Amino acid sequence: MNLDDYPLVSDWIRLVDGQLVLRTGKIDIGQRITTALTRIVAEELTLDPATLRMDPVRTGVSPDEGITSGSNSVMHSGAALRLAAATLRGCAMTLAAGQIAGDGADLVLADGHITHAATDRRFALLDLLAECDPDMAVDRAAPSLPRDGRAPLPRFAPLGLEDMVRGRFTFIHDMERPGMLHARVVRPPRKTDRLERIEDETRQTLSDRGLELIQDGSFLAVAGPVEWAVIQGALRLARGCVWTAGADLPEGDFEQMLLNNPRTSVPLDNGMPQDAPVPPPLEAPDLTATFARPYQLHGAMGPSAALALWQDGTLEIHSHSQGIYPLRAAIAESLSMDLDDVRVIHGAGAGCYGHNAADDAAFEAALIARALPDRPILLKWTREDEHGWEPVSPAMVVQLAARMSEGRVAAYSAEAFSDTHRGRPRSGPDRAGPRRLLANQFRAKPEAPFVATPNMAAHAGLHRNLDPIYRFDQVRAVKNLVHDLPLRSSAMRCLGAAVNTFAHEAFLDELAEQAGRDPLAFRRDHLDDPRALAVLDRLEQYLADTPVKGDTARGIAYAQYKNELTRVAVAVDLHVTEAAEPVLERITLVADAGRVVDPDGLRDQLEGGALQGASWALIEEVQWDRDGVVSRDWDSYPVIRFGHVPVIETILIEHPDAPSVGAGEATPGPVIGAIANALYAAIGMRMRRMPFNAERLMAMALAE
Amino acid sequence: MSLTLTINGEPHQIASDPDTPLLFVLRDELKLKGAKLGCGLEQCGACSVLVDGESVPSCVTPAAVFEGKQIVTVEGIEALTTGARVQAAFVDASAAQCGYCTSGLVVAATALLSAHPDADRDQMRAALDPNICRCGSHPRILAALESITQNGAADT
Repeated sequence: MNLDDYPLVSDWIRLVDGQLVLRTGKIDIGQRITTALTRIVAEELTLDPATLRMDPVRTGVSPDEGITSGSNSVMHSGAALRLAAATLRGCAMTLAAGQIAGDGADLVLADGHITHAATDRRFALLDLLAECDPDMAVDRAAPSLPRDGRAPLPRFAPLGLEDMVRGRFTFIHDMERPGMLHARVVRPPRKTDRLERIEDETRQTLSDRGLELIQDGSFLAVAGPVEWAVIQGALRLARGCVWTAGADLPEGDFEQMLLNNPRTSVPLDNGMPQDAPVPPPLEAPDLTATFARPYQLHGAMGPSAALALWQDGTLEIHSHSQGIYPLRAAIAESLSMDLDDVRVIHGAGAGCYGHNAADDAAFEAALIARALPDRPILLKWTREDEHGWEPVSPAMVVQLAARMSEGRVAAYSAEAFSDTHRGRPRSGPDRAGPRRLLANQFRAKPEAPFVATPNMAAHAGLHRNLDPIYRFDQVRAVKNLVHDLPLRSSAMRCLGAAVNTFAHEAFLDELAEQAGRDPLAFRRDHLDDPRALAVLDRLEQYLADTPVKGDTARGIAYAQYKNELTRVAVAVDLHVTEAAEPVLERITLVADAGRVVDPDGLRDQLEGGALQGASWALIEEVQWDRDGVVSRDWDSYPVIRFGHVPVIETILIEHPDAPSVGAGEATPGPVIGAIANALYAAIGMRMRRMPFNAERLMAMALAE
Repeated sequence: MSLTLTINGEPHQIASDPDTPLLFVLRDELKLKGAKLGCGLEQCGACSVLVDGESVPSCVTPAAVFEGKQIVTVEGIEALTTGARVQAAFVDASAAQCGYCTSGLVVAATALLSAHPDADRDQMRAALDPNICRCGSHPRILAALESITQNGAADT
């Protein structure tokens, strides 16, 4: 938790002009963390959430909470704010007790007031908080306000939504500053190409149009006051550049590359990488299967953007990066600046679903701003930039094997193969920060591309959820970080868990079939966690209440994100058309996320994750060739749309006394698994490679 | 000759080159930033505006093409009874996550329910299909629209 570095109440909550202002280092990316954090504090203090304000997240002021990722925000920032609020509440209760000269046992807190019935005294909480020392230490043992007998916090609209529906919500893309210039980057045709020269005529044309040309080696940009003119100017510049061709990208089948390229192998114990020899493969398995997912995109709706200003040797950057402090460090190191001379302020971007081009855009805006001092620079990536140059989610292969005994899994082996999921520009040895900022590869003094090493944290990177949640007598789990792959990759929602969970859940169905067991019963055979069993029981009840009819087929899955966060059981109902097109009809989610902070937000995250998982499962695949990514728009990289959206039903099982755990990444993995299992029920074919589209279904059918 | 566009009921003299796509005139010249730049390819719907009651993308077609037409952007949609209902229903149903697609979807939903106050779920899915939402708010958005159609339908 972040209370070690930020131990004071004032690090998290301050009373400013009679209003409580909350601080967090976590940023909104569509998951509505600020709404959830506001609810947490409002609930602890029985205040109207509308009276609370979130402080903008910015370096130098906000607590440094690293990256907003991994479904950790409610557990980390939420827990800190809950304790800070509970500490304040304790202070207010003590002050009130002093006023009535009692022990405070008969004081009642409700609606932002503390009342004492015996003496008919009533204190406004905020008045008492004003007397508390703002710099008192957060009491880590401060109890939560019990919910017993209290009305639940009322619904309130997510922060920003009222403005969003009226077109008044300001994304970075919408920012205006006096004297601001719009900017676009002109990229080489291929990532290995380097600029030879720019035609004089092109320079003249840009100059005649009043456009600025920014160049640092092979990093090129155009800036000017009118956005459309800048877009046209960037196209003109692209036509006027002569490039020296670099090496071709490796081409081929990603599955073969992942299995055949050089790799670093690390065994796992309970999800934790071990500095130990890789154990030998399972002897005499009864069943083996290989699962695969291609490269996929974050594909934000709004291409990445940043606004930067260089003034008096300092930089101010507005960015939708998920980690403003790590980004600041990487930019300062790239430009040999003092940390204090770089300020990064979070501004809204489109949902990113992980590490997309936000950080790259922020650094590029900084480079342009440095070349054009005192002019605010609003850089936007183009759709082609975003699809073609964002750090993609790595392709993966998962190999599973199991040995059975008396209808149970006696031994289980799981091996995952993938490029890194850690492309974020975090500082580290060997200029690890600067090397992961795209533009640094093209500058006059380029950084060498980053070479990844295995992530040795528990359930991190490619091995997230690789160690199965099920109680198997013997488990062998190995992560393989594969090298020399064609595309730059990084973290996308769920990291390896999407693929690992899909593989486990599809394989469990295969094992159940071999054992002659019902898939749900077979899972239950291998689980002893009562909350997992309760989630499965609820799903089973649903399945019994709503039997499928006609051509509809059903598949189920179960997962617990990182084997310790939200538990989710899924049922997917679908049919397959005569054209081999899978059509989702209904997705049912049963979820246990502990104590629920924001029911609407929780449900939206679970459902949104389910639909993103469905989109990955059925549709999405990055195409590339020796020149780079070729799927550079929404036609060549289709995603799920309204026409494909099934009915989604979400059933929440709440445990008010259990910790609130993250849910934003809980559903994609099991949804993909349930879709694969439903497809088997529909057509009798085991789909083990995503996406399960008509083309692949046809190819499988022909191969059989 | 200068270009005049009717936007949210008001005539506007446009200084931009008439070849400029409408979206950039709205955002850059008129500072109406509700419509978003999502792809610039008419593929995602983030830039949708109402043109004579229909939801159309504004990121490619030159502004001059829209002369003489009634353009309504998300900023002006509250003046339409259905538009105001759609906005309120989106809020009630918590029908957005990041919100980047929201403007376009409010426009698309208003166009649909204005023309088809009794639209069923299939019509909704077809009408909203040009608009991408990456956060997966689709079920909430459909629920928002159904809250309107099931409550005595949308007036126009």
